[in-house]
Formats: sequence, structure tokens, C-alpha cells
Amino acid sequence: MHKWDFASVFANTDALLAGAAGTLRIFALCLVLGLSLGLIVGLGRTSRSRWLYWPASAFVEFFRNTPVLVQILWFYFALPMLLPFQIGPLAAAALGISLNSAAFSAEIFRGGIQSIDPGQWDGARAIGMGWGQAMRRIILPQALKRMTPALTNRAIEIFKMSTLASAVAYVELLQQGKLIASLNFNPIEAYTAIAVIFFVFLWPLVQMTYFLERRLKRDE
Amino acid sequence: MSILGVSGLTKRFGQADVLRGLDLEVAPGERIAILGASGSGKSTLLRCLNFMEMPDSGTVTLDGKIVGRRESELIQVRQRIGMVFQQFNLFPHMTAIGNVMEGLRTVRRFPKAEAQARAEKELARVGLADKAASYPAHLSGGQKQRVAIARALAMEPELMLFDEPTSALDPELVGEVLGVIRTLADEGRTMLLVTHELGFAYHVATRVIFLADGVIHEEGTPDQVLVHPTKERTRAFLASHKEYSLQG
Ligand SMILES: Nc1ncnc2c1ncn2[C@@H]1O[C@H](COP(=O)(O)OP(=O)(O)OP(=O)(O)O)[C@@H](O)[C@H]1O
Ligand SMILES: [Mg+2]
Repeated sequence: MHKWDFASVFANTDALLAGAAGTLRIFALCLVLGLSLGLIVGLGRTSRSRWLYWPASAFVEFFRNTPVLVQILWFYFALPMLLPFQIGPLAAAALGISLNSAAFSAEIFRGGIQSIDPGQWDGARAIGMGWGQAMRRIILPQALKRMTPALTNRAIEIFKMSTLASAVAYVELLQQGKLIASLNFNPIEAYTAIAVIFFVFLWPLVQMTYFLERRLKRDE
Repeated sequence: MSILGVSGLTKRFGQADVLRGLDLEVAPGERIAILGASGSGKSTLLRCLNFMEMPDSGTVTLDGKIVGRRESELIQVRQRIGMVFQQFNLFPHMTAIGNVMEGLRTVRRFPKAEAQARAEKELARVGLADKAASYPAHLSGGQKQRVAIARALAMEPELMLFDEPTSALDPELVGEVLGVIRTLADEGRTMLLVTHELGFAYHVATRVIFLADGVIHEEGTPDQVLVHPTKERTRAFLASHKEYSLQG
């Protein structure tokens, strides 16, 4: 029977805190980049101009159909061989995760925007609004409300994907867990602790999506 | 001098030729009721006038000036032509007064206080001063349509387009909306009104036009078209319509 020894994990609190900070940093970065790029790509996917539609669709297909881990490794190891500059672990991981999240959230944005009654466009255009004004003032506020549960799910996925940054040795929680496990020969406790920390971060987020979904059902 | 001119207007959707070279002149103060069978292109005609649909060919003239096709120009034109829809198309995430202020704030860039004052005035005009803070979900159909009318009026349009404004309403709510339109008529506003309310058209319109085959098939005073139509198709339409309304 294994004798549990969590003291050997908590002796490394500093390392865990550094890992948590790294996880939160990459999460925040990818959330902002991924969702804003996703909005732009999603708008492209609703466009009737093929100059916007086709590039946006190609982007979505490409990044939805390649693994994030492969992209991260590609940005970290392959890109610097093609271009004359180095790219750090954070940038490589953030690029991979953000582009993938942009592709998935683009489809959420597209679906949300297209779910709005075309009469809303009529109402907006009839009082002289241009495309941008109608989108910003009339369509997006309604679409965003419908999309909130799906977007919160995306945020949860991004949080979990942040662990992929450990593949390029970026200092985040999983990377720190690996480090603690290899220094103290306690993989069971180290990885258990990492899993629990993720659970503590994510559980409230997941509860929030349940809450949002329920409220949306009630409103509609 | 006409306020609105339409010449040789055509519009097709796929295989369907909806408008086939339609001509129309509207003088200031005219109130034109537009009749026609379902699918005859009444909505398409109105939507081509403010370029919510792009005509395939033909010209629309506003105040003697041919309207071009640049988006910036179309946006100007839409502000000068108010439009009211069968389904209201109110913005559900804004209050009644928010709906009325929206064009003033976002399009006209009015300061808030000014937009609010104008919006209050327009809501009062349609009898809904006390509903300013209500969201559309809490309004009856008739109230929604009156807010939609106030929203259009707030832009001070030179011309109003109504596309079956009472067709989505429960019968007991039709009167309040027609009452508001009647008031606008009495103010001498220019309007084009697609409607199945023949009685209202008879009493309020200055001219009635009957659309068929993508052109104006018959037109004249309400008495000429509604009571003494000369064309067979107009008669058939009116007959079927009366039959229908008796059954309904
Ligand atoms: N956006 C569109 N795309 C394709 N076809 C359309 C479109 N809008 C209208 N049509 C078609 O054009 C024809 C005329 O439609 P329109 O809505 O103008 O008729 P209407 O006279 O207003 O009919 P109703 O009394 O039912 O409102 C119909 O056959 C309709 O199916
Ligand atoms: Mg119609």
C-alpha cells in the first residue's frame, strides 16, 4: 500500500505558486487573444463577400483539424528555423492555444450572430444604421447573451489547454508538478495535487456555466 | 413636384421576377394604399424604396435627386424614409424609450438629454408616455407597433412606409395602431401603406394602387379602385378579400 506524503509537495509551495501564476497568465492571454480573434474570424464567416468568407473558413478548418500540441511544438521548434527570430515558450504556447480557441469560438460567434432574427437587421438599417453600428448596438448584444454558456465552456477548455505549454517547458502548474515529481520521487502526490488545484480553479467556472444556461432557458 | 419617384424598377429573386418595371410618382402629402395578392411584391416594392433590397434596375428619386448606390448615400436616404414592419422588429434588449432614442443617439449622434426629450415626445404622440421604461417583452402587440412607429418618427422622416402594420396583431389591438396612423395622416404626412384593411384604406388613403405581375395593375382614388374597379384582377382580388374577411 502506498504511503501518501503530501508534505513533500507542499514543501514546494513557491514552485506551485509560480506555476499557478504562469497558468493564469497564459489563460488570460489566450482568453483575450483567442476570443477577440475568434470574433473577427466569426464575423468573416458571416460575410457575404468571398474575400472575407473564404480566408475565415480556411482558418477555421485548418486550426480545428490540427492538434494544439502539434501547433505549439511547431511554433517553438519549426518556426524559428524558417524565420530569423527566436520564439519563447510562452509565445509559442499562447499562439497555439489562441489560434485553436479562435477557430472554435469563431463558430460560436458565427452561430450566435446568425441565430438573431433578420428582422433585427431590418429594424436597425431602417433607422439608418450602417453594418458596424447594427452589429455593435443591436446584433452582438443579443447574440452575446445567447452565446455566454458556450463561450464560458471555451474559457474552461482554454484553462485546461494551458497545461500543453509544459511541452515547451513553460512554467505553469503541470510543468511545476513534473519538476516536483522528478526532484522528490513523488509523482502520485505531485500529480494528484496538480489535479486538485485545477479542480479548485475550474469548479466555480463550470458552476457558472450551469447557472448561465439555466438563466438563459428561463429568459427564453 | 414629387417627393418620391420610381421609374422602371425591377427586382428578381432567383427565377422569380417580382417587380417588372414599376413606375410611381408620390406627391407631398399623398397617402398611398398598396394592395395586391400575397407574393405580388408589395413588401419588395417598399424595401426597394429605402434600399433594404437593392433594385436590379430602375431609379428611385428622392426630392428630385436620383439616389445612387453608395452605402453612405443609402444610409442617408434610409434616415429620410421611415419604415414600420409587420413584425415590429423592436430591439428586445432596449426599453421602449431606448428603442426610440437609438437612431438619434447612434446614427444622429444626439446628446443624451436631447435624444431623450425627443423620444419622450414621440412616445407621447403614440400614447405610450407611461411605457417608456418597459421592455418590448412586456408590451402588447399594439403597444409594440406604436413604439416602432415612434422609433421611425423620431428620425423626422419626410416619408413613411408601413408594411402591413396591423397584420400580426390580435383583432382587438388593430384599432389603436390604425388610430395612430390616422393621426399621422391628419398631420398631412406622406405615406405608403401596404394593408389588407380595406376600410381603413378607403377612408384614409388619397390614392390606392393594386399590384399584379410586378407592375401597377390599377390605380385611382379609393372610390375608383375599391368600389368601382375596372380591371378583372382587381375585382377578383377584392371579392376574394371580402369573402376572406367575412369568414375570418
Ligand atoms: N429575400 C428574398 N429571397 C428570395 N425570394 C424572396 C425574397 N423576398 C421576397 N421573395 C419572393 O418574392 C415574392 C414577392 O414577395 P413579397 O414579400 O414582396 O410579397 P408581398 O406582396 O409582400 O406578399 P405578402 O402579402 O405575403 O406579404 C415572393 O414570391 C417571395 O417569395
Ligand atoms: Mg409582404
